[in-house]
Amino acid sequence: MNNNIVLSAKDVEIQFSLRGRELKAIRKCSLDLYKGETLAIVGESGSGKSVFTKSFLGMLDANGKVIGGSIMYDGEDLATYKKEKQWMNIRGKKIAMVMQDPMTSLNPLMPVGKQIQESITRNQGIKGKEAKKMAIEMLEKVGIPDAENRYNQYPHEFSGGMRQRVVIAIAVACQPEILICDEPTTALDVTIQAQILKLIRNLQVEYNMTVVYITHDLGVVANVADRVAVMYAGQIVEYGLVDEIFYDAWHPYTWALMSSLPQYGVKGEPLPTIDGTPPNLFYEIKGDAFAARNKMPLAIDFEEEPPYFEISPTHKAKTWYLDPRAPKIEQPKIFREMRERRMREEA
Amino acid sequence: MAEKLIEIKDLQVSFGHGRKKFIAVDHVNIDIYKGETFSLIGESGSGKTTIGRAIVRINPVTGGEILYKGRRISGKISKELDREVIKNCQMVFQDPMASLNERAKVDYIVSEGLINHKLYKDEADRKEKVDKALREVGLLPEFSTRFPHEFSGGQRQRIGIARSLVMEPEFLVLDEPISALDVSIRAQVLNLLNELKIKKGLTYMFVAHDLSVVRFISDRVAIIHKGRIVELAETEELFTNPLHPYTKALLSAVPIPDPYLERCKELIVYDPSMHDYSTDLPVWEEVKPGHFVYGNQRELEGYRKQLGQ
Repeated sequence: MNNNIVLSAKDVEIQFSLRGRELKAIRKCSLDLYKGETLAIVGESGSGKSVFTKSFLGMLDANGKVIGGSIMYDGEDLATYKKEKQWMNIRGKKIAMVMQDPMTSLNPLMPVGKQIQESITRNQGIKGKEAKKMAIEMLEKVGIPDAENRYNQYPHEFSGGMRQRVVIAIAVACQPEILICDEPTTALDVTIQAQILKLIRNLQVEYNMTVVYITHDLGVVANVADRVAVMYAGQIVEYGLVDEIFYDAWHPYTWALMSSLPQYGVKGEPLPTIDGTPPNLFYEIKGDAFAARNKMPLAIDFEEEPPYFEISPTHKAKTWYLDPRAPKIEQPKIFREMRERRMREEA
Repeated sequence: MAEKLIEIKDLQVSFGHGRKKFIAVDHVNIDIYKGETFSLIGESGSGKTTIGRAIVRINPVTGGEILYKGRRISGKISKELDREVIKNCQMVFQDPMASLNERAKVDYIVSEGLINHKLYKDEADRKEKVDKALREVGLLPEFSTRFPHEFSGGQRQRIGIARSLVMEPEFLVLDEPISALDVSIRAQVLNLLNELKIKKGLTYMFVAHDLSVVRFISDRVAIIHKGRIVELAETEELFTNPLHPYTKALLSAVPIPDPYLERCKELIVYDPSMHDYSTDLPVWEEVKPGHFVYGNQRELEGYRKQLGQ
């Protein structure tokens, strides 16, 4: 892996005010993005994965704000940005986003070609015929046949997969450095999903983009990611190369997530579940946020927040299990099985 | 094998009339046996939900027939039989956000079926039945005074299951019951469904597009493409020996949560024009006991060869 950091978020804290109360959605979250890599952020809904990445584009809801830490990009700290005008140089131009639902992210009253053209005109200053030509090229690039005629059609004339292609075309039209895909395939069929993932990969190589996937589908993660970050209750609890997370994870939350997959379940036996609910972020969390749902918590989990422990130079986990003083705890057996299966397959 | 609970014979469902007529489901033949979990897989618009809805008499049938315990339940049937079908065949819908009445309390949502069918002796009996159904799906009876918006997605889906169970059905159509749920909740709802199936001797028809879940819970699987069943077999048989090219494409598209396998995987794309059905017409045939596939004579021969028969 190269060491060109394009974006570096450090100790980011994001707070929302809801009916006079303060909710800390992101609690000291740090993340580095490398040039050209694909990072997948996984976690259940409400873990803050969308909020965290939205703060890179200044797209937080009006009641949310970054209250601590820094987001360094291109020599500037995005966390200090206040005005829309400042964001206009970043959003769409340098960092673009593809949303989950292509139904709601397109303007239903505007032909799709115009919507792509709009983004080209605004961010690159290219107007008129030339912009139109670029928009048609973009439509072709994302695999929409008969682009010239499709240019004038409205979103409702497209299928779900085709709409998502249009959304991707809009995001990629300005050749951003970072592309954030927020559950880009959740609303699509598996066959279409595979095509869209392939399309994003091809575009990534062509434009040398850094791609961040936000997803809760671990199958998609295994398909696309170079690196994986697991989020829980507003923090990244474990991150590492994709192989390190899938074959050798160490955080109990990652364990629980992997074990509950039906793919690894034994027919006729109940699946391991993650009981309880994520902690209430309105209150200060004491100790390890996952302790209450952990099936084998340590006493210290309820007392003190664990630091990151290094497993390899690229792999860190935030759990007391890795402290040298901790009792020896075995990884769940699915990791051993997966490693063994991989060895068999490789042989 | 066990007794046939539902028989679907040459089913056709169409929408609209005249020039606008659209045939959503055509020539579907399925038998569902008592006590099994039968899965129907297809992409959106393939007609999988339509079949489920035709069984519970939401969508009228335009051709063929559906039998329940040997009696026809499609088309015009007597009032008594209609009531019996409604009571015994229930459906759980996909989106728990949309399928529960926002303005009704859980108590009413769960007991609506009881009220419509007068299935309770007195108020106390009704209350008891609601409480029992809620407890069975892992909710507290106290929840009955709350509104749907006060619950999380997983809990809402449990309410959806509770309102089907309160009718004490034999057969449940589960229309993508977990695709709208979060990963960590999916396992819980799947466990619940499996548990209830064993405890109450239920039969499920599971409609899904997520193959990974299907492999875990179902006994037999049918693959549907554009309103036609293209392949049907026991789960492991289908996953290890897929025959129809569409099944292969579908299986190859499912992401496996294992980076190594994902890297080695080759994506197969299905192109319907690969079939030459101009002279050699396709048929629905059993190429191996329990393994049905749709194809013409030339293709079927290839499939048989592949299975080594």
